[in-house]
Amino acid sequence: MALQSKVPPGALDQKWTQYRSTIKLVSPANKRKLEVIVIGTGLAGASAAASLAELGYKVKAFCFQDSPRRAHSIAAQGGINAAKNYRNDGDSIYRLFYDTIKGGDYRSREENVYRLAEVSVNIIDQCVAQGVPFAREYGGLLDNRSFGGVQVSRTFYARGQTGQQLLIGAYQALERQIGLGNIKMYSRHEMLDVVISDGNANGIIARDLITGEIQRHGAHAVVLATGGYGNVFFLSTNAMGCNVTAIWKAYKKGAFFGNPCFTQIHPTCLPVHGEYQSKLTLMSESLRNDGRVWVSKTKGDKRKASEIPEGERDYYLERKYPSFGNLVPRDIASRAAKEVCDEGRGAGPTGLAVYLDFEDAIKRLGQNVVSARYGNLFEMYEKITGDDPYKTPMMIYPAVHYTMGGLWVDYNLMTTVPGLYAIGECNFSDHGANRLGASALMQGLADGYFVLPYTIGEYLSGEILSGNVNTNSMEFIEAEENVRSRIKKLLNNKGGKTVDYFHRMLGKVMWDDCGMARSRESLLRAEGEVKKIEQEFWENVKVPGKENEFNQELEKAGRVADFIELGALMIQDALHREESCGGHFRLEYQTPEGEALRNDDQFMYVAAWEYAGNGNAQMHKEELNYETVHPTQRSYK
Amino acid sequence: MKLTLKVWRQKNSQDKGGFENYFLDNVDADASFLEMFDVLNDKLINEGKDPVAFDHDCREGICGTCSMYINGRAHGPRQATTTCQLHMRFFNDGDTIVVEPWRAKSFPVIKDLVVDRSAFDRIIAAGGYVSVNTGQAPEANSIPVEKDKSDIAFESAACIACGACVAACKNSSAMLFVAAKVSHLALLPQGDVEHSGRVLDMVVQMEREGFGGCTNTNACEAECPKEISVTNIARLNREYMKASLSYSKP
Ligand SMILES: Cc1cc2nc3c(=O)[nH]c(=O)nc-3n(C[C@H](O)[C@H](O)[C@H](O)COP(=O)(O)OP(=O)(O)OC[C@H]3O[C@@H](n4cnc5c(N)ncnc54)[C@H](O)[C@@H]3O)c2cc1C
Ligand code: SF4
Ligand code: FES
Repeated sequence: MALQSKVPPGALDQKWTQYRSTIKLVSPANKRKLEVIVIGTGLAGASAAASLAELGYKVKAFCFQDSPRRAHSIAAQGGINAAKNYRNDGDSIYRLFYDTIKGGDYRSREENVYRLAEVSVNIIDQCVAQGVPFAREYGGLLDNRSFGGVQVSRTFYARGQTGQQLLIGAYQALERQIGLGNIKMYSRHEMLDVVISDGNANGIIARDLITGEIQRHGAHAVVLATGGYGNVFFLSTNAMGCNVTAIWKAYKKGAFFGNPCFTQIHPTCLPVHGEYQSKLTLMSESLRNDGRVWVSKTKGDKRKASEIPEGERDYYLERKYPSFGNLVPRDIASRAAKEVCDEGRGAGPTGLAVYLDFEDAIKRLGQNVVSARYGNLFEMYEKITGDDPYKTPMMIYPAVHYTMGGLWVDYNLMTTVPGLYAIGECNFSDHGANRLGASALMQGLADGYFVLPYTIGEYLSGEILSGNVNTNSMEFIEAEENVRSRIKKLLNNKGGKTVDYFHRMLGKVMWDDCGMARSRESLLRAEGEVKKIEQEFWENVKVPGKENEFNQELEKAGRVADFIELGALMIQDALHREESCGGHFRLEYQTPEGEALRNDDQFMYVAAWEYAGNGNAQMHKEELNYETVHPTQRSYK
Repeated sequence: MKLTLKVWRQKNSQDKGGFENYFLDNVDADASFLEMFDVLNDKLINEGKDPVAFDHDCREGICGTCSMYINGRAHGPRQATTTCQLHMRFFNDGDTIVVEPWRAKSFPVIKDLVVDRSAFDRIIAAGGYVSVNTGQAPEANSIPVEKDKSDIAFESAACIACGACVAACKNSSAMLFVAAKVSHLALLPQGDVEHSGRVLDMVVQMEREGFGGCTNTNACEAECPKEISVTNIARLNREYMKASLSYSKP
């Protein structure tokens, strides 16, 4: 099967407008007859469900949390980009497009990114109209700041709670439609399979997490907005519930998986310190606007930060990347931190940390200004570590944060399965091999508010005559049977090890051997390890409780089983990509200065994996054509 | 540290429930309360027992999921702190810690420490929004917002819908939650045209859900992890009075 990106013809800056004006429409009377299932109520899912319902479609929305407002998007701290040029500092749609393409290390689809930059402007308008309390200037206009990896101030923010405020906006739009009866909301429901009949997605199997009831839901199209799979690493900045299950089930039913190995490692997180640790907390990268990153110049220096004099500190980002300094993109900052720690110059008891220091900022701006900008982050840091960042520098280390890979989608955001869409973090599109700060929120909302509601019409216009979906078809019965038998298998497995035990073990292998740096050798090792983990899991996992009750261990067990299979695919993808780009750093491919070395001649494509049964996968390529921006070595010096 | 945990166990909404005692030694002072629970659950599963069900997700103090009552206080002893951000260093070696679910008629227990807070969503669905369809928004800077007002609106908008205010209140009142939302939207020009209808609809729904009335004991403010101020309740009352005197639904 050849991949068709379905990018419309025409000039780059005209494509979307033209396409949107010529795309097929569904008349209002027909929209009422068409049902859409949206899985996930994060920024992508909530905005999509609300917008589709406003258009007149009948919508069913699902999330596994107790309320749609608690989706993982709520945790985003830093901000959301938009090409508004409110600061008059030379920003434009083109510049946002360019920065995003370059930031993604030339592994994203130009036309998608251009559209993203284009609609970014409308996102801010929409959110402000909903009452999102973005930061304001004294004149009453919106404030902006600069954010990791860019030199203009284009990031809109709501203190350190941007994700929460944006999600509440989208959630309120969603609740409004629920109240009006246009959306039926299924909270505490988990989608466990997608149902495909005659080649088209037309429903799902879900489990009511309170009663354990297995349900069939039919629809004319299914939209997955289920977020990222960074928790494959066990420790990450993701919420505990984030998982791959929904898109993994879709993959196994024929949707291709794009660039699974592209993982973003975020440079400013709290370091690992104990065995019991369940997650790594992110400290917003906006801190790098004023905080300076350093370590000691000497190896094995165990002195406290305050005892290391100025002359013995190495402000390594400022030294190595003079024009961007502490604001280099995440992959660069993460790798640089790993490098100084690997040299033995890391801070703190474990040596796996670097300092993020506000001493100069406090001197220059005063404590009040610093506290107005970052107060809540400082408090959060103090709560977790017991240290006061106003007095002593923070200790940070890179952690898994975001997955650029996900289901492959065309320009319409449709997967390779007709009628099955993927939006937000769970698709592969837009970010390439690396994601600049403040662009995931932008993408989630762009997809949900401004792209999918149009493009889905193209498909749904062909479904008008298909009538109600028959959930008693063979396909539904079979899918339900599979879900039930897997649950039984997990519960009847009388092993001796907890689900978390396997998850931790998987996470360690993935982090050590398929994490911030990979090599052929480490990946081959990981391949073997993951196989062993998979085998042991099915022999020895212990899942307490019953199927027809609220059973959190059962929920976790299903997710971890899918993570193990995904791990194998990530390794396979990382192994085949013999180059370094963005978050994918292969030790064998680096410049003499230790920077990532792309191989455009051989790898300028999206690797889209098709499930080939029995844990096998077959790769398809979507060649990437850079017509507008010419790929260059990515330099932030 | 060594700890004794007295945890409320309740199989489901029909079950009567009761306390169980558990002992943990070797609890790390740097672990969060929920990580301590992970360790407990690991132990319970290994002993062939049913692990304690509790709600959690972000573990960063922002999603509002991790509701539980600890030693008679919502989210535990620390001011302005969610359970996931509560660290074991705030307890002493040898402590006995009592853990219960939120107790309020409108928040039925699902299992152990997990309760059903969907009443909050229904209150929002009744009117806690600005009615603007996608694509209808004017240019964002076309309506300037006074910075001070915007800041107060932001502070009200910081509510994470955890339900601690309800749990802490002797009347199980949801006034702080509703007041926070009403204030957030009423303070901004974007939400202004709907402010009368909104407050009436939300209050009606709040009563329908069975939450009690407010008698100004301020326990909600004291226990709110996001320090939402009771001045919001005063604003809610003003908005409600004004609206009920001057507004009738079309
Ligand atoms: C700590 C942190 C800070 C961040 N800060 C920023 C930032 O400042 N700027 C920025 O741009 N980005 C940031 N990001 C990234 C950004 O928040 C996410 O990429 C984005 O919010 C993802 O949104 P989403 O809608 O795709 O998915 P999510 O918000 O993750 O939503 C997933 C939804 O899917 C549901 N779901 C999943 N699986 C199933 C299933 N099987 N059945 C039913 N429901 C299911 C969940 O219930 C949930 O509703 C941050 C991320 C983290 C972790
Ligand atoms: S007002 Fe405070 S206590 Fe009540 S739900 Fe909101 S955040 Fe929780
Ligand atoms: S788990 Fe999200 S606030 Fe505690």
